Amino acid sequence: MRYLPKSPQDRVEMLAAINEVTPGVDSIDALFSTIPAEFQLRRDLAVPRQHSESEIIDRFRAFAENNAAGYASFLGAGVYRHYKPVIIDSLVQRGEFLTSYTPYQPEIAQGTLQAMFEFQTMICELTGMEIANASMYDGSTGAAEAMMMAVRITGRDRAVVARTVHPEYREVLATYAQHQAIPICEVGYAANGRVDLAALDAAITPETACVLIQSPNFFGTIEDVAAIAEIAHAKGALLIVSIAEAVSLGIVRPPTEADIVSLEAQSFGVAMSYGGPYCGVIACKEKIMRQMPGRLVGETVDADGKRGYVLTLSTREQHIRREKATSNICTNQALVAMMATIFLTVYGKQGLRELAEHNLAKADYLKNALGAEAKVLFDGAPRFHEFVVDLPASAEDTNTALLEHKIIGGLPLARWYPELGPNASLWCATELTTRAQMDAAAASLRAIVPATELTRA
Amino acid sequence: MTKFQGSPKKATTHVNQNEGLIFEKSSPGKKAYRLAELDVPSVDAAELLGSAVRSTLGVMPELSEIEIIRHFTRLSTWNYAIDLGMYPLGSCTMKYNPRVNEVVSRLEGIADAHPYQPESLSQGCLGIMKLLQDCLLEITGMDAITLQPAAGAHGEFTGILLVRAYHESKGNARKKILIPDSAHGTNPATAAVCGYQVANLKSNAQGMVDLAELERMVDEDTAALMLTNPSTIGVFESEIHRIADILHAKGALLYMDGANMNALVGKTRPGDFGVDVMHLNLHKTFSTPHGGGGPGSGPVACKKILEPFLPTPVLVTRADAALGLDFNRPQSVGRVRAFCGNFGMFVRALAYILANGPDGLRQTTEDAVLNANYIRAKLSGTFELPFTTPTLHEVVFSDRLQAANGVKTGDMGKRLIDYGFHSYTVSFPMIVHGAMMIEPTESESREELDLLIDALRQIAREAAENPELVQSAPHTTRISRLDETAAARKPVLRWKGPAASIPLTPDTAAKEW
Repeated sequence: MRYLPKSPQDRVEMLAAINEVTPGVDSIDALFSTIPAEFQLRRDLAVPRQHSESEIIDRFRAFAENNAAGYASFLGAGVYRHYKPVIIDSLVQRGEFLTSYTPYQPEIAQGTLQAMFEFQTMICELTGMEIANASMYDGSTGAAEAMMMAVRITGRDRAVVARTVHPEYREVLATYAQHQAIPICEVGYAANGRVDLAALDAAITPETACVLIQSPNFFGTIEDVAAIAEIAHAKGALLIVSIAEAVSLGIVRPPTEADIVSLEAQSFGVAMSYGGPYCGVIACKEKIMRQMPGRLVGETVDADGKRGYVLTLSTREQHIRREKATSNICTNQALVAMMATIFLTVYGKQGLRELAEHNLAKADYLKNALGAEAKVLFDGAPRFHEFVVDLPASAEDTNTALLEHKIIGGLPLARWYPELGPNASLWCATELTTRAQMDAAAASLRAIVPATELTRA
Repeated sequence: MTKFQGSPKKATTHVNQNEGLIFEKSSPGKKAYRLAELDVPSVDAAELLGSAVRSTLGVMPELSEIEIIRHFTRLSTWNYAIDLGMYPLGSCTMKYNPRVNEVVSRLEGIADAHPYQPESLSQGCLGIMKLLQDCLLEITGMDAITLQPAAGAHGEFTGILLVRAYHESKGNARKKILIPDSAHGTNPATAAVCGYQVANLKSNAQGMVDLAELERMVDEDTAALMLTNPSTIGVFESEIHRIADILHAKGALLYMDGANMNALVGKTRPGDFGVDVMHLNLHKTFSTPHGGGGPGSGPVACKKILEPFLPTPVLVTRADAALGLDFNRPQSVGRVRAFCGNFGMFVRALAYILANGPDGLRQTTEDAVLNANYIRAKLSGTFELPFTTPTLHEVVFSDRLQAANGVKTGDMGKRLIDYGFHSYTVSFPMIVHGAMMIEPTESESREELDLLIDALRQIAREAAENPELVQSAPHTTRISRLDETAAARKPVLRWKGPAASIPLTPDTAAKEW
């Protein structure tokens, strides 16, 4: 086995050395003698035979070929196709980053620690918060952790969640809330696709720990964070803003009125990779820092007064506090946070704005192109790069027909928003979506919609 | 011992040893990007967004590409890594991370797959998940599995939710989870997040589960025992079937923390010895890179009785042999993460399993156990071995002999850095006072093991003859021991401009070896 650095002779000699100290250990089997005989596996595992490196690559190429190839995709919905500068991969594939452990020994982990400190700083700048942690698993679990954080801070035990929060995030929130005895009340949206403010006001009670919204929301609409914050704060509830499209922060005003921001940083240079690994991160106001879940990197000095970085405030964490910890999280998404850090450094202060502007422009073009063939819903509030289209026919049928044109259409919404009808779908354009692809999508819609209607009739 | 005196102005190392923060290196107007030409009309952001438009981006960096490459490359050189040498970290299974795993996870068609692309165009991704699931079920001897949890602790959370849903389906969620005092901190933290009380199970004199105590504690309010097997002292719980029987007799379940699965793969299967539900750490046993703290992946495998409660969606094979995702699971605990989990880690773990095959997986386990026992044999005269029970993949010594001279486990761990190694796991498990927990994994050659053994013997000598040298280690690193107390007392968690920052001092390199 090519990963094992031992000669047969090494094994014989090592066993002999063990036998010298512990007589009776004269075979490899003897090392496993504490496993009762009845439970010892005496056969080969039924897994595929040993593969050569070339065979492994061939096998995965075959898998890859069974996926979408050569399609123009208009999917977004929490996972975004942005360009990934090549230096991200060259840097994170350095063994010193890729194969290092959690930086519990700071003297030999300053590389990871300083980069995480830079990550925390950039996330604060982007979100308008005062502190940020070193990452959570993803945006959905980050939102759940933020909700539990708000419950601890306020001593209240209810949460109000907007229906315009990503449906899968809401499912995760429900899973976490049910056993913490946190009842969740969902608040609907107004005609402009934003949170229904009157309904929100009515939903908040003296037991409400937090209001959790997403902006840009699942429909791509930017929420009126200031107005929502005012309503939440007037009743003593915290405001949590979940951000699933991090690139929006380049052009959209940060949610400074929020108490906690839960960000999914996938858009910052992280491959879509069929759903993960991504990078959640929680940012918040400094005064609630001690309720923060997950790892935090802090600046300090060494014995010679030299600047350095360490994992800090670990008395919040499970390895110290056990059942009284702020979360059970241990391993986070450090290397993915590193990717985001490099991405943010490459685009920097000007690039992030320009990148976001390109996304706005592409989405505006797509909206006009599709708007000629179908009705765009939720006018009257600003959007980033996604919007809901009410197609002339079922979104599922339309998408099936679009596949013939090598186009993956927008995400059908009926599964989560039946009230929008079977024809509603969520379309997204990023800086990588070309004008030709958008024109082709509009033309294909024009061509197939009557046909689809015909089959349905 | 004479101390070399460096003059403050003498630069003994390149500036790269004093790499500043990225913000300190930034200058307005520098760029490392160029966007593709905009092929649609540009828009007026202020007009489109109105009051939602952003005015400023604060202190984001502005650098050229070469400066960014150098910055992060320089930072990387300050890290220790598996690629540089051994991590004897017990419980962490720091093994080699094969590079072909990285290649296949980045293949076009895999890396750029969107989780919402139609099922018909996702058969490759689903096929990877199916094959990995089948392999993991065979390796664990369990009946059903979910790949959704993002890390080990997240897997624990999912597993205990399954336990809870199972008991609820019988009419009573029960109140407490038993956890041995030797357990990882995530276990009790997980029980709490799932709404359970934690009942601490004391280990017996061998550091193992005390059957009499277990029998006394298990009652109709007990939901499950969370057991690490082999335990955190590396011992296989030989009475595991009796442990399972005691629990099952009272309707409680056996949860296995699979952190130490590297000791068992191909040699025995948890499903065969009575485990009802367990998690795996793909970033431990199955070689996905630790990346300085993640991403991980924590699949949860369970017996048939728990299958109805698995998180949604569940991977299914449809009538036409196509793979699909089933969302219609009325008894499910719900979703624990958006989408299907850390898919990129599934690709890497499967590549690892393929590279090994059944013979390689078994040899891997045997080598991991051989390595740990070799270290144990070679060092048991040097350090105290608190439990003499035979161990599998790791060995836990204590610092008792050296502590008599004022040298503690943490000091010796720091001194190990001077010898070119990462520290072993310090002060864990908590049932061993002054624990020194060593897990070599299968990835270490005999030569590397002998270097570690020599280093630890030398450190033991130093502890006897020159304790101060060990207590003030490390001496060869770019920075010395950091003031963690100050960091926690007055937390500085972000850069706040040059005024607030501790200035960089020239590296005088006045080091004592």
